Amino acid sequence: MKLTINGERRDLDAATVAEALAALDMGEARVATALNGDFVPASARAQTALSPGDALEIVAPMQGG
Amino acid sequence: MPLFYGTEIASPLMLGTAQYPSPAILADAFRASSAGIATVSLRREAGGGQDFLRLVEGLGAAILPNTAGCHSVKEAVTTAQMARELLGTDWIKLEVIGHSDLLSPDVIALVEAAAELTAQGFKVFPYCTEDLSVAERLLRAGCEVLMPWGAPIGSGLGLNNPHGLRALRAAFPEVPLVVDAGIGRPSHAASAMELGFDAVLLNTAVARAGDPVAMARAMAQAAEAGRAACLADPIEPREMAAPSTPVIGKAFLQ
Repeated sequence: MKLTINGERRDLDAATVAEALAALDMGEARVATALNGDFVPASARAQTALSPGDALEIVAPMQGG
Repeated sequence: MPLFYGTEIASPLMLGTAQYPSPAILADAFRASSAGIATVSLRREAGGGQDFLRLVEGLGAAILPNTAGCHSVKEAVTTAQMARELLGTDWIKLEVIGHSDLLSPDVIALVEAAAELTAQGFKVFPYCTEDLSVAERLLRAGCEVLMPWGAPIGSGLGLNNPHGLRALRAAFPEVPLVVDAGIGRPSHAASAMELGFDAVLLNTAVARAGDPVAMARAMAQAAEAGRAACLADPIEPREMAAPSTPVIGKAFLQ
């Protein structure tokens, strides 16, 4: 499925947010996700279906002021 | 010491975690200053986030995630939701930026976002201006801390409007107040604390100093000195001299 992940166009074999994270090798990472601008809690990733063209953001804590 | 949403913090210095020459220097700066709170951002995970998370969780400071770079209510709220899940804290330093040159807060969107986040159970630390009516609206929206800027983020200009900050302190004597942004020198940190502020939050002034660890220590000492001075009830300035040595008893020598 064609998705935009962290601003990059990717072709990923994933039907849900959880599957996308696993496909990106981030299944175990401490990250947070938002789909098309809306927060997807970790507990909802397995039930949150992806559609072609979706924009998935995957973030982690970083340096900040 | 500052009391934020019922949590007492052991230091009046709050320190950012960006722009240090290395992770080791960042950790040393926190050790040297005993800063009580560390601010962090959320950014796209590109491999470094997991190590950074371990680093900040080992600093011994409470973590305050920010919504830096957000320009809309929606962006700020979504970022806060992600931060709460990732870091297990309902504290959020709320930044809604209105102008990209000055990085000044969009105070209208800020009040709206603060109300929305408070309704969702967040404890909001709003990066605001010293405007009294904005402050009042933020408090009404549920904020129990205010963080007015001293000067634009990263400018190092110090306290651009000390009179406005003093007025804010006087208007809200019970509200914890933090000068956030603009502090460049220890004297600026001391001045903010002398005005009666509860804490100072800075980053660039330490991280970009030639010796960040020594500067972190100096900032902590200055914040402590300013706090002690405020508690010691400083004298009021006056225009004319007043002799400190007694005049009575001076020998007549003409």
